Amino acid sequence: MEPTTLIGAISVLAAGLCVAIGGIGSALGEGNVAANALRAMAQQPDEAGNITKTMYAAMAVVESTAIYSLFITMMIMYFNPFWNYAVEAAAK
Amino acid sequence: MIKTEPSQILQKAPDILLLGVVFIALIVRYFVGFSGLMDIVWSLVALMAFLIRVCLWIKNPVGRWILIFLIFSAWGSSVHFKPSVIDGIDLRNIDVIPILTIGPVTIGGTVFYSWLVMGVLTLISWLATRNLKTTLRVSALQTAMESVVRSIRTQIIEVSGDNPARYLPIMGTFFLFIGMSNLMTVIPWFRAPTASLSTTVAFALCVFCAMPIFGIQNAGIKGYLKKYIEPTPIMLPMNILSDFSSMLSLAFRLYGNMLSGAILGSVLMMLAPFIVPLPIQILGLFTGMIQAYVFTLLAIIYVSSVSPRQPFEDHLNFY
Repeated sequence: MEPTTLIGAISVLAAGLCVAIGGIGSALGEGNVAANALRAMAQQPDEAGNITKTMYAAMAVVESTAIYSLFITMMIMYFNPFWNYAVEAAAK
Repeated sequence: MIKTEPSQILQKAPDILLLGVVFIALIVRYFVGFSGLMDIVWSLVALMAFLIRVCLWIKNPVGRWILIFLIFSAWGSSVHFKPSVIDGIDLRNIDVIPILTIGPVTIGGTVFYSWLVMGVLTLISWLATRNLKTTLRVSALQTAMESVVRSIRTQIIEVSGDNPARYLPIMGTFFLFIGMSNLMTVIPWFRAPTASLSTTVAFALCVFCAMPIFGIQNAGIKGYLKKYIEPTPIMLPMNILSDFSSMLSLAFRLYGNMLSGAILGSVLMMLAPFIVPLPIQILGLFTGMIQAYVFTLLAIIYVSSVSPRQPFEDHLNFY
């Protein structure tokens, strides 16, 4: 197999896996946040507005790991340094 | 038996005609792509006329505004990502999209759209504060502005427990700028300046500079530097590193959220261009406001991490 083909294939695979695995963790975390917020709201309905506000902030913070993996995926897909290196090496 | 008068049919005719014109414009644009400026202007004028007719039809004001919003966001999303482009995803960094060139200087997309948002914010605040009143009858815009300022102020008091007057200018600017630039994505051709890494890193650098300034103002140089050896002096490198990593995460979170919304919208545009991307666009608006809130909240937390130890009492009684 040519090195460029290999790098291309592995890059696509890695990009998919990156979002998939990164998404699992953040999804579990967000589910945890939502479940606990609902429990708190059931116990104290008066504080529901405050809890909802805090829940959104916490969710956005938890979500950031998924965003990082998305960012790395984008880098692999569109600005892959190894790909450029292999193409330059093949041209020589 | 209801008899339809001819005059009624004549009244309805322009609406049907406009509807047809708008649909033809949309279909032509979908298959051909924009060929020139006149095409864009023509379809925009048709859409505006159609919108005005729809407003006259619907009597319920809430339904009217929801409809206008839906049509506008559909239009914005469909114009924004032209399906005629082969790859569909416009991943070009908006920093490098040239908007206008004046001599040797080329103004990129980020600068242009940032100035647009700044202009809109300045215009709105100028209109709101043009004639302030303290009587019973105040203008609607003044009331809206007061509620916005009051909610930001309340948030700052709740989060930092400190005098909000010192944090209000920088934190309120963050919230308003990010929120407005995320909300303005419903406008066709507008691209949020927060979807560029340069803007978000600049914001994070502002927070990074504001941290020691407010900390030293609050507790003096000695009290501020004590933050870094807080549990034990062994934690010094960790504390320094955490400052940098929190700034990095602040920048990347905002950028990634805005970019992922745009990518999701464009991928859906390739699959089903007309109605299907609408829920995602609306979700994107919601996410944008949440991100503006989160960015401001975290900035307040970072900036007021070294605060004076007596609680602030709100004498203005804003609650």
